[in-house]
Amino acid sequence: MIPALIVFGYLGVVLYIGIFAFRRARDRGAEEYFLAGRSLGPAVFLLSLFGTNMTAFTILGSAGHAFANGIVTFSLMASSSALVIPLTLFFIGTRMWALGKRHGFMTPVQMFRDRWECGHIGTAIFAVQAALLVPYIIIGVMGGGTALRGISGGVIPFWLGGAIVATVVMSYVFFGGMRGTAFVNTFQTVLFLSFGAIALVVIGRGMGGFPAAMESLLASPATAALLTRERISPWYYFSYTFIPLSTIAFPHIAIFCLTAKRMVQFKRTVIFYPICLLAIWLPCVFLGVAANSLRGLPAIEEKLEARAALAALPPDASAVDRGALRRQAAGDDVVLVMLDTFAPLWLAGILGAGIMAAVMASDSQILALSTMFTEDVFTFYGGTARFGENVQVQTGRIFVVLLTIVAYVIALRAPQGIFDLAVQYAFSGYAALSPLLVAALFWKRSTKWGALAVTLWVAFAVIYTSQVPGALAWYGLLPVVPMTLISAALMVVVSWVTPPPSAATVGRYI
Amino acid sequence: MNRLLLVIVVVALYLLHQDFWLWREARPLMFGFLPVGLAYHAGYCLAVALLMWTLTRVAWPVHLEGAAPDTTRDGRR
Repeated sequence: MIPALIVFGYLGVVLYIGIFAFRRARDRGAEEYFLAGRSLGPAVFLLSLFGTNMTAFTILGSAGHAFANGIVTFSLMASSSALVIPLTLFFIGTRMWALGKRHGFMTPVQMFRDRWECGHIGTAIFAVQAALLVPYIIIGVMGGGTALRGISGGVIPFWLGGAIVATVVMSYVFFGGMRGTAFVNTFQTVLFLSFGAIALVVIGRGMGGFPAAMESLLASPATAALLTRERISPWYYFSYTFIPLSTIAFPHIAIFCLTAKRMVQFKRTVIFYPICLLAIWLPCVFLGVAANSLRGLPAIEEKLEARAALAALPPDASAVDRGALRRQAAGDDVVLVMLDTFAPLWLAGILGAGIMAAVMASDSQILALSTMFTEDVFTFYGGTARFGENVQVQTGRIFVVLLTIVAYVIALRAPQGIFDLAVQYAFSGYAALSPLLVAALFWKRSTKWGALAVTLWVAFAVIYTSQVPGALAWYGLLPVVPMTLISAALMVVVSWVTPPPSAATVGRYI
Repeated sequence: MNRLLLVIVVVALYLLHQDFWLWREARPLMFGFLPVGLAYHAGYCLAVALLMWTLTRVAWPVHLEGAAPDTTRDGRR
């Protein structure tokens, strides 16, 4: 119970930070609530942007993936992002920041509407973006429930843990808006960046050193392959370099790019982003791989036996049996098991708070949806002009509460697997939406009809690939590759055959 | 010329992510415990940080910064 108490202390600190931000920013209007008044400083901008993009998967999921698949997890998900995300921030993020500052945009859809002289097509883009974002928020609530249940040793049930985490997140987003969310994210990022290094040292000592663990993995044919990438095809591996294109297309990241006080703040962010990724992902992946050597631990032994049984299943085995073995073999809790075994209780509590920090990443997504709703729908259809900016901010706050309640109710009733899958499809969907940003910012001839074609294609492709197993997985590639390339081709072809926006509009952009 | 060189470096780094020459190698274990494939990609992250530092030094879009007024939507500074 000691770790759970430390985690509760942490939740209290987070709540206080949100309310502190509320006191600083009270009654300063929509731009303050939704964008922190475009005034975030360099350290908060870097740490908060990084934290916004790290989720429960970063610590728990990455270790679980590495436990099953080996060191390839790092290059699939971390080092590919280390190159692509800073490049997109450098080329796209800076331009969005400048346009936001110049024209007062608060969401990407506002920019698209202005750039392509369109109204309802912007609403269609909003609808697709919002639909792809909702599963993340539900997963965040589920992650909170699962993590608190795990950290308290089952004393706090899933429904209560989910409710506690959802209430804390909702409160600081409700009161603190973007400033509160950014401050909390900064604190959380510092916490989970420290988590990796501390966990590595403590667990390494407890295991008696990593060299012996690695030698034991190499000595067994069943585990030696985990230290190479021989089980994965190069084409599949290559596909993963397309996934990080989704980051800049995520509304919460694009909106966050508008919060910097000066453009120079992007400089440190793009330089340190790969280093932060290295600091958090390398320990988690390595610990996930090293967990395979802990044959003496019953919790790990069970997983390894389930994995062996899964590999030995005949091809005609029932889906129920296969699913049960997969769940048993899943390694998402291996880091928690290692902490339980090797870390003293107080340290396990602090490290548990680091895990909670990553789990609570849904804050910026909730705020982004609220910003999008109030700006792209409420304001666009005349709400702010009619009722005033204060009502707009209160509408945003009510939206935050309603969204959290809906996400919580769904999280209690639906199995997590559905949303895990939805998130995977959403990554591909956002990557395939990235040509919208590139075309809006860099191609004079792009048109609203090209944007509509991309949006409809992405909506169709996400539904299609989620319903038909193996769809668009051409030549062993992930569906994200054809989805993104077809998006780009549609933007080019449809734009060429439709009339461009007026020269005056284009002149304000390129 | 500078711009072309930077494009070449960025593309080269993208291609270096596909380190097929280490695909089946676990050894040598760097520092006695880090498989070579993992150590390569850790170094890759540091190389990207160096690239980004270079880009911010020689290709920073200064014109964008000058074009944006330092005001909020409602005109406050």
